[in-house]
Amino acid sequence: MSSDLSTSVSLRNRLVLILIGGAAILALLLFFAIRNYATQVAQQGQDNIISASVTSILDAAAIRDGIVEVDFPYASFSMLSTAFDDQIFYAIYQDDIFLSGYERLAIARVAARETDFKTVDYLGSQVRVVTASRTLIGKDKRTQVRVALAQTQDALSGTLTQISRNAAVFGASFFALATLLSFWATSNTIGQLNRLTNSVTRRGPQDLSPFHKPVPSEMLPLVTSLNSLMSRLDHSLKQSEDFIAEAAHRVRTPLATVRSYAEATLQRVDKEENRQAMRSMVRAIDESSRAAGQLLDHAMITFRADHLELQDVDLSALVHDLVERLKPIAEMKDLTLRLHSDTQVPYKGDAILLQNAVRNLLDNALKYSPSEGVIDIQVTAKPNIEIRVYDSGKGFPKDELDTLATRFKRGLNAEGTIGSGLGLTIAMDVAVAHKGMLRLSNKAEGGACASLLL
Amino acid sequence: MKFLLVEDNQELADAISSRMRLDGHVIEHAANLADAKAFVDVGEYDLILLDIMLPDGDGRDFLKAHRASNHDTPVIVLTARSQVSDRIGSLDLGADDYLTKPFDHAELEARCRAVLRRKTGKTKTIIELGGVVFDPLAGRLSVNTETVNLRNRELRLFELLVNSPGQVFSKQKLSDRLFSYDDDVSENAIEVYIGRLRKHLENSRLKIVTLRGLGYRLDHVL
Repeated sequence: MSSDLSTSVSLRNRLVLILIGGAAILALLLFFAIRNYATQVAQQGQDNIISASVTSILDAAAIRDGIVEVDFPYASFSMLSTAFDDQIFYAIYQDDIFLSGYERLAIARVAARETDFKTVDYLGSQVRVVTASRTLIGKDKRTQVRVALAQTQDALSGTLTQISRNAAVFGASFFALATLLSFWATSNTIGQLNRLTNSVTRRGPQDLSPFHKPVPSEMLPLVTSLNSLMSRLDHSLKQSEDFIAEAAHRVRTPLATVRSYAEATLQRVDKEENRQAMRSMVRAIDESSRAAGQLLDHAMITFRADHLELQDVDLSALVHDLVERLKPIAEMKDLTLRLHSDTQVPYKGDAILLQNAVRNLLDNALKYSPSEGVIDIQVTAKPNIEIRVYDSGKGFPKDELDTLATRFKRGLNAEGTIGSGLGLTIAMDVAVAHKGMLRLSNKAEGGACASLLL
Repeated sequence: MKFLLVEDNQELADAISSRMRLDGHVIEHAANLADAKAFVDVGEYDLILLDIMLPDGDGRDFLKAHRASNHDTPVIVLTARSQVSDRIGSLDLGADDYLTKPFDHAELEARCRAVLRRKTGKTKTIIELGGVVFDPLAGRLSVNTETVNLRNRELRLFELLVNSPGQVFSKQKLSDRLFSYDDDVSENAIEVYIGRLRKHLENSRLKIVTLRGLGYRLDHVL
């Protein structure tokens, strides 16, 4: 069924892709955000320590006898010691004249009470340089002292690497968890759909009742329209069944009236030409009612064959009932019906269809047997499940045995012989619907044999 | 025999009734379920012919109620619907047989006979004439101490003759009663059955006389 439907991308794949893609982007964002924040915090920490150190050095600067003196407090360097043996560099300027330290250390111009932070390359490694200045006031002049202090960033980058590693682990586990969650959520959602699909598939062919099981609210419109489709289908099926019954009633009742009148009249009139007319009338009525009946039966059988309802049937009992029912008709022609049946022939099939098929075979046998003939009916369970009807008539026309089979196999009476054509067609259709076949042959001693192989 | 026909179509009912009366049966007609119930409460019938679709309800409901109140009058259902689907319902509800409209009167007769034979077993109408004892239901013919079972066509032929002794029946009339309309029978086919009956009646005082150009007559020879 799905083969003639085109499918777009699977809903499950689409959902999983979106959810996993989203989780990946989120995990990356999280990783960078954490690392960025950690970098800022760590940098700020280093900056604070260096600038505290610079401040303490500047505080120790003084003018004595017109000469600037800077006495490094011990603590100003000790507070900069790290586990990574970071190196420190310094430079001191007085009014842009280099006083002491590392002359080539890049140093920013800063106004008094300002602090400058920057990261530069110095002697092959990255250093953080903090520059601050202070104005010293002497007896007759004011001078500005600038101090720059630089520290390598080994400790910092060590911390950062560790934090990055942690952030990566965190992001990866977030991603893994989100992936698991998205698989679970997807299969849970698709599962609801699958459950609905299952309960539709599991239904019997005649079951057109609406769904009552609770479904998620998003699926409600789908289920509602499914229910309304089924109720419309159910309605139109019932309607056409009623219509067939009503049509049959409307056609058959007046036919029955005419037939009964014709028969009654036939008993009263004596003139042969009138009697002949009456006989023709009755024959015509019989022909049309048989055709109507078989057409209706055929329609019903085609419908049922499409929706085969298999149940346990005892073919022996089924055929026995039919034979009993046809006995009065056989008696009218002084025909003998002989049933040879295994005691029980269990079979799984549609009882109404099988009954109809066998009845059509028996009707034919009754029709084509000469009076006081014998009709043998065999029902066997082994080696094959088979129902055979032998009559003592002329048999099937030899040159038509094959064409008969192909003709009704093709379906309807191409040659317009409704009366006789449809009976075998019905039997054949029923056999085929039960994955069996109808075999026609002639007995060596004369007489036809129709065999329903199931 | 006494029949009750439950059928809402007046014309069909008239046609069936007139055909039944021709055979010497008594038939009463109810046009709906209420009438049918009234008839059944008052009268005794040998057999009920019941239509399924009636103006005041489903014939099968009547059938169900009829069986529930311990009536065992045989019922043959007349249906105009598709044979397959109606069959099951009516037979399960206690109908003895069913017949699809339009039906061959001979088939109705045959089914009535079969149902009555099955259901009652004994015959109320045994005909005795000219040293012959005839049981039409069982199809038994006894002459003196010798009993034969008549075949169906012999039976119907004899029934016809014995019900109107002294009346002349033409060959065509007899053929029409004996053979169905789609049988292609020669006029002489009837002679076979006349011959057989004559043989059965050899030792009785009943004689079948041939009237050239007119037909046959059953005479009671004293």
